[in-house]
Amino acid sequence: MAKLNPFKNKDVILIKDFTRDDLFYLFQKADKIERMPERDRICLLNGKILGYLFFEPSTRTRLSFEAAMLWLGGRTLGFAEPKVSSVEKGESLADTIRTVENYVDVIVMRHSKDGAASFAAEIASKPLINGGSGTEEHPTQAMLDLYTIIKEKGSIDNLKIGLLGDLKYGRTVYSLLYGLSKFNVEVKLISHPILRVRREIFFDLEKKVKISEHDNLEEILPDLDVLYVTRIQKERFPDLSEYERVKSSYNVNLKILQKAKDDLIILHPFPRIDEISPEVDSSPHAKYFKQMLNGRILRSALLASILDVPF
Amino acid sequence: MSEKELIVQKIVEGTVIDHIEAGKALHVLSVLGISGEEGKVITIAMNVPSKKYGKKDIIKIENAYLSPEITNKISLISPHTTVNIIKNYKVVEKRAIEIPDEFVGIFKCPNPNCITNSEETMATKFYVPSKNPPLLRCKYCGRIYSPNEVM
Repeated sequence: MAKLNPFKNKDVILIKDFTRDDLFYLFQKADKIERMPERDRICLLNGKILGYLFFEPSTRTRLSFEAAMLWLGGRTLGFAEPKVSSVEKGESLADTIRTVENYVDVIVMRHSKDGAASFAAEIASKPLINGGSGTEEHPTQAMLDLYTIIKEKGSIDNLKIGLLGDLKYGRTVYSLLYGLSKFNVEVKLISHPILRVRREIFFDLEKKVKISEHDNLEEILPDLDVLYVTRIQKERFPDLSEYERVKSSYNVNLKILQKAKDDLIILHPFPRIDEISPEVDSSPHAKYFKQMLNGRILRSALLASILDVPF
Repeated sequence: MSEKELIVQKIVEGTVIDHIEAGKALHVLSVLGISGEEGKVITIAMNVPSKKYGKKDIIKIENAYLSPEITNKISLISPHTTVNIIKNYKVVEKRAIEIPDEFVGIFKCPNPNCITNSEETMATKFYVPSKNPPLLRCKYCGRIYSPNEVM
């Protein structure tokens, strides 16, 4: 008997709301959708509309959601910045959601406030996908990160995974850590001391996954199977002088990578500033551009699953 | 001056909230949602001598029986408070307050970036992931706090 669709009409707010089985269901659907003949794929979401509400800038998340919808024959409407909506006139988030849900079948929202997606999902009667909420979570990024690791390494279990950079404010870090906690992995957190993960991670995950904290990338690198690099998020620092102290703390370059395993893969949710040198892009370690492609595929599978079209 | 002399007259029917941490009576009333405009007779005694705690506050509300769901709201503000339900001058129920599983609309989330601090109509909601020691977790931003941090 086919597994019931765990994403049917469901909000996607936090990755911890989904089980390991749910994630595998999605990954299998992503594989299936990627292999699907174009004539079948292009009909999947015919007549369906995705509403995108981006209160914060985005390149990949918004465009890959739009691309995913168009790839399956659906349509999109929304705004890429709040200045072109009534939010600029002072409209509340609640009223914006109540408005948009009348016009669309599913909503993806990005917002600078922590918890904004949970709040919006309480209001919306249509399924709502968190496209990034403040420093809190970015669950579909973690889903595509995990999907990329499986595609590149064959499995997630038994890997040593390093997370590098802005672990305090980087929402992708939190989603990925909660996602990784569903697997048997060893996680090494590498950051400047003032950019360590928030205490919630240890409260929630200490007993579920082996986690250690480090300062020195070069010491840890030879051990790693996956290195997940994140940008120091200038826009999240309450105190810019603190940002100045820690920016450019790390740089992944070909010299450092001489110490890495041959089959180390490097992922990055992007955008990047200077944490990965462009010279790394053409090395076999660099998988971040494939990660972007996987974003469209994974998000296609997610949209089709939420809207529960048979495929 | 004995404790007995100080405590204002007995009430016939109602709720006595006793052993409130000294100086917190007004905060307790605010958390209980009691403004005085309800028209009930309310007596407040603050900083009265207490054998057990040195000083304490007392609130007596006549002709109102506050349920545990209501009085448990003050469990983090004044954890040693006791609640007496009075009927016909007699204490018919005496209970300690307990930490509930969640607090709705009582505490402000200390995370300035939490959505609850920018959407005006939103009530805050905190879960209690641990009662000993007590911890609060914002339902929206997910941050964990000790009671001191939210009060």
